[in-house]
Amino acid sequence: MLEIEIDGKAVRVPGGSTVMDAAAVAGVYIPHFCYHKKLSIAASCRMCLVQVEKAPKPLPACATPVTDGMKVWTRSEAAVKAQQGVMEFLLINHPLDCPICDQGGECQLQDLSVGYGGAQSRYAEEKRVVFNKNFGPLVASDATRCINCTRCVRFTTEIGGLMELGQAFRGERAEIMSFVERTIDSELSGNIIDLCPVGALTSKPFRFSARAWELSRRRSVSPHDAFGANLIVQTKHDVVKRVLPFANEELNECWISDKDRFSYEALSSGERLTQPMIRRDDTWQPVSWQAALALAAGCLRDVIQDHGAAALGALASPHATVEELHLLQKLVRGLGSENIDARLRQRDFRADALRAGAPWLGMAVADIHDHLDRLLVIGSFLRKDAPLLAQKVRHSAHRHGLQVSAIGPSGEDWLIPITARALVAPSAMVATLAAVAAALAEESGKAISETLAARLPDKDALTEDVRAIARSLASGEKVAVWLGNLAVQHAQAAELHLWAQEIARLAGEGQAGGRLGFIGEAANSVGLYLAHALPGAQGLNAWTMITAPRKAYVLLGVEPDLDCADGVAAMAALAQAQRVVALATFASPALREVADVLLPLAPFTETSGTYVNCEGRAQSFNAVAVAPGEVRPGWKVLRVLGNLLGLAGFEQESSQAVCEEVLGGDFRARLNNVIGDVPPSTPRSFSATPVPGVLQRVADIPIHFADPLVRHAPALQKTADAAAPVLRLSRNTLDSLGLKAGETVRVKGADAGVAGVELQLVVDETVAHGCARVAAAHPDTVALGPLTGELIVERI
Amino acid sequence: MSAHALILAGLDGDRTWRLQDYVARGGYAALKKIVAEKTPPDAIIAELKASGLRGRGGAGFPTGLKWSFMPRAFPGDKYLACNSDEGEPGTFKDRDILRYNPHAVIEGMIIGAWAMGCTRGYNYIHGEIFEIYRRFEEALAEARAAGLLGRNILGSDFSFELFAHHGYGAYICGEETALLESIEGKKGQPRFKPPFPASFGIYGKPTTINNTETFASVPFILGMGGEAFLNLGKPNNGGTKIFSISGHVNRPGNYELNLGTPFAELLELAGGIRGGRKLKAVIPGGSSSPVLPANIIMDCTLDYDAISKAGSMLGSGAVIVMDESTCMVKALERLSYFYHEESCGQCTPCREGTGWLYRVVHRIEHGLGRPGDVDLLKSVAGNIMGRTICALGDAAAMPVQGFVKHFGDEFAYHIEHKQCLVPRGVQDAGSQIYVSPSC
Repeated sequence: MLEIEIDGKAVRVPGGSTVMDAAAVAGVYIPHFCYHKKLSIAASCRMCLVQVEKAPKPLPACATPVTDGMKVWTRSEAAVKAQQGVMEFLLINHPLDCPICDQGGECQLQDLSVGYGGAQSRYAEEKRVVFNKNFGPLVASDATRCINCTRCVRFTTEIGGLMELGQAFRGERAEIMSFVERTIDSELSGNIIDLCPVGALTSKPFRFSARAWELSRRRSVSPHDAFGANLIVQTKHDVVKRVLPFANEELNECWISDKDRFSYEALSSGERLTQPMIRRDDTWQPVSWQAALALAAGCLRDVIQDHGAAALGALASPHATVEELHLLQKLVRGLGSENIDARLRQRDFRADALRAGAPWLGMAVADIHDHLDRLLVIGSFLRKDAPLLAQKVRHSAHRHGLQVSAIGPSGEDWLIPITARALVAPSAMVATLAAVAAALAEESGKAISETLAARLPDKDALTEDVRAIARSLASGEKVAVWLGNLAVQHAQAAELHLWAQEIARLAGEGQAGGRLGFIGEAANSVGLYLAHALPGAQGLNAWTMITAPRKAYVLLGVEPDLDCADGVAAMAALAQAQRVVALATFASPALREVADVLLPLAPFTETSGTYVNCEGRAQSFNAVAVAPGEVRPGWKVLRVLGNLLGLAGFEQESSQAVCEEVLGGDFRARLNNVIGDVPPSTPRSFSATPVPGVLQRVADIPIHFADPLVRHAPALQKTADAAAPVLRLSRNTLDSLGLKAGETVRVKGADAGVAGVELQLVVDETVAHGCARVAAAHPDTVALGPLTGELIVERI
Repeated sequence: MSAHALILAGLDGDRTWRLQDYVARGGYAALKKIVAEKTPPDAIIAELKASGLRGRGGAGFPTGLKWSFMPRAFPGDKYLACNSDEGEPGTFKDRDILRYNPHAVIEGMIIGAWAMGCTRGYNYIHGEIFEIYRRFEEALAEARAAGLLGRNILGSDFSFELFAHHGYGAYICGEETALLESIEGKKGQPRFKPPFPASFGIYGKPTTINNTETFASVPFILGMGGEAFLNLGKPNNGGTKIFSISGHVNRPGNYELNLGTPFAELLELAGGIRGGRKLKAVIPGGSSSPVLPANIIMDCTLDYDAISKAGSMLGSGAVIVMDESTCMVKALERLSYFYHEESCGQCTPCREGTGWLYRVVHRIEHGLGRPGDVDLLKSVAGNIMGRTICALGDAAAMPVQGFVKHFGDEFAYHIEHKQCLVPRGVQDAGSQIYVSPSC
């Protein structure tokens, strides 16, 4: 520990601290612009110049290491003179038109100029003008306001992982820009808006729509991926105007992804369902809640009377709250059915009978930094599926030497250094995991478990890629094996789970080995297990409910064409059903086509509720905005529906009371990734021998199509990530089919008897040989049917 | 005191830069002796310390001390860099060293590598002198072929790789940490210090950077002994120094003189003032050093301490001579433009301040000066001085401070009368530019 005196206050700080760090400990504020605690030091704005004993000139607090016995003055005449000098320089070329700047009222330059700026400018020359840049649909550029602090440059490089911005040109003409004519396409790009200390980078969707001081700040939780980033939702007159990160050091730090930040636009979408509607003579008519609920209850009761309780099925969105999921499963079970599921894109449910608890990340997010040195990620589009989790891994890989390996059909760049990768088709994933387990057993000297020993592949399967993965895992002490969304949606998901468990056991220290985890697809991918929104022993799961159609369905927050493992089958099942009751936030065309009753469901900003994130952190939130029209919180709707159906256990007065029923007691004890033995299988969807022209589908869920909210957010829909789907093949695969890049081809699902869709061919060397990567959850590709399976590619 | 050329000695002939020429002048003897005798690094550094050699690039930091900062037991590569990015207006010594005596630099660097345990070195050569970059590459090839460079130098187990690297003409890349960034392939912008290059240099490895002339002096010091080198100059200012004299003199060029030689002697060597005019002012150490009026400089000796005492800097030894036909406002305008143009734009005071300085001086020169502008210049220069990441900010501020201090009346005259104190005709005659009377 070093002792330092700042403005007369003595504090002790660890070696390696800077004067800025010490000032934070001492509670002394030193003005600054380029310094940010999460970014590397630039020391370029010079605003933090302070007087240091025995130093001939003022020194920047952010870059000056503390030495023992150092004495620093931050408010002395010399220090303040230096700070005022810098402030004058910052202001000479900065427009002094705060009243028309979107940053006005929350601008660091404006705030600090009050303390350090002059009353009038001594600069009488022409001011600099810098042309604005097109950074894409999310970030607005007002380049003349830029003070060249380079926080945005450092963010894209250090946190985003890709140097999308840089400072071009020299001297006074220096300006921040992207690579020529490129937009900023990072899924974390919105954070540079928060980082910009002036109005040079502002939010395109938000700018000029409200003043900072008019906004109320309310806490909330991201309803999108399983990371559960903490949010501040800002409202004006109870309308959501902006979403910002709420700093949580254990979780999202001070970052959020672009979909967390900009999905709020969907709340004021014209497609919002704001009134209960019923279908009468094939037209949609608005009705009162009473009439709608009475009809809904009547529908369900009639179908059960006529066809039995098993004729009822319920599909819930994994983005629904714990409270909603709990009341829905209670309702379905109260009516005597076990057909409920929220794992809509899943295909293989054999693990249900074998698992010991709710699948989760297997560790705390905060432990990635300190408690992980090797990581194997299986079947994941990590960067787009879980942007903030990917950022944690990236940080650890760069700063703490975490080695990351990957197995799967896509080698998409995660902007994370990858130590070893096995790029294999979906049908080869189980065999590849078995091979890694075999190689790992050799490396680590631990014995493979008895049941799996017989299923090990022969030596030929131990390719160099597989051995490299095994070597990396064996060389670590603290190992984790994560299963991504593609692995969970895989037709052999249970076997992947089993082998991943074996790899985790063989890797890492001690008999227990490493940790097994699930990245998780949705905000409540863990919570849905805890709420038991799952089929009972005799019940149908999300896949069998659409492949063995029911007479009546209840849908909770589901857009069936886009949210299910097979949009075609889901729509067919719902179309043939006698009754479909849908609670929905948006009246999507698909729902209008198949539903009989539409009940307006409050999104996360208009209801209280709880999500349990990937690390098993239950995060409750309150409504932050007033619901438009007749929109009601889902838990209230389901509670009243329960009453109308005369079911017991629907007496809760608050969402907290509902939550208590689910998460009361030690719910974390129910998180468990252990799985029992899964017998080997060869699922029908993969041919044993490859057929020419038939490719295995690799379906990613594009980041801005993953859930209804993002699908209805206009700015997100204009980003590069929301581009129309294409057919991605490796050069080899393309050549073997005799096709050319850029060509438009017809693609059909091998099973679906439909005409298929037309897609443009793109060469993508990150796609495994023999595979075709086509995005799912997009209206253009719904007709391809299941996410897993085979595609036929034909020349038009 | 008289001239005792070392680096420039014997370079009058036709082809002086080849290995055989250098060897004929006694070159590589020092290196051969070191390798043969396995001279311990400490002994070499002690010799350098005894020589009083100070960095010839401008800052004048004692070289022996700098070499002793390199960590001894460092696992992995240590680097050596030679700063031949000579871009300061008025300075043109390094390119002549590289043009006529490149092997002196190579030998100096190899000895440096031996003394500091460096395995790799770069000579960063200014972008606009491409033919000299080529010549240095040829010299490297000769040295490699002769076993003086590369693996197992002179049959010993000592290896050192040296590469030439050329810049693209940015003045800032002559700042040692910007030079490191540039060698790494990044935008040439200075790093903040600490950490210093001796602990975090090229690719984060310990690195020592010296000027071309500094390295070229090393073989001579080891040849003649530190003590003898020191005695050529005066205490704390050892050895010889190359002065690049330019401006209004009859024979501009490079002159190697013992440190402590009177300025008057250099002026005489350079043939005196052109056209027999009177000396007005001298910038003694490259354009960034404060200007000194004739009466002060004529009493100075040329060494670090004397010039510093007179209120300026010996710097790189670039002596810019201005006679009575010079308009000091116009001269400063030119200098301020240079620093404005060459600021890297990284840190605020220099990025914003250099442009401000230039615009105000430009205004004054063009008859648009305002009362209070001289005070404004002093204040802005003062706000840049000592507040920036690297010395470019100081380099931009010091000329302004020097010109305004010694020639404030010319600035005041400009502001008040909207024209020059030195009549236009005198200026034109001095610069020998023909101006059509109709203009």
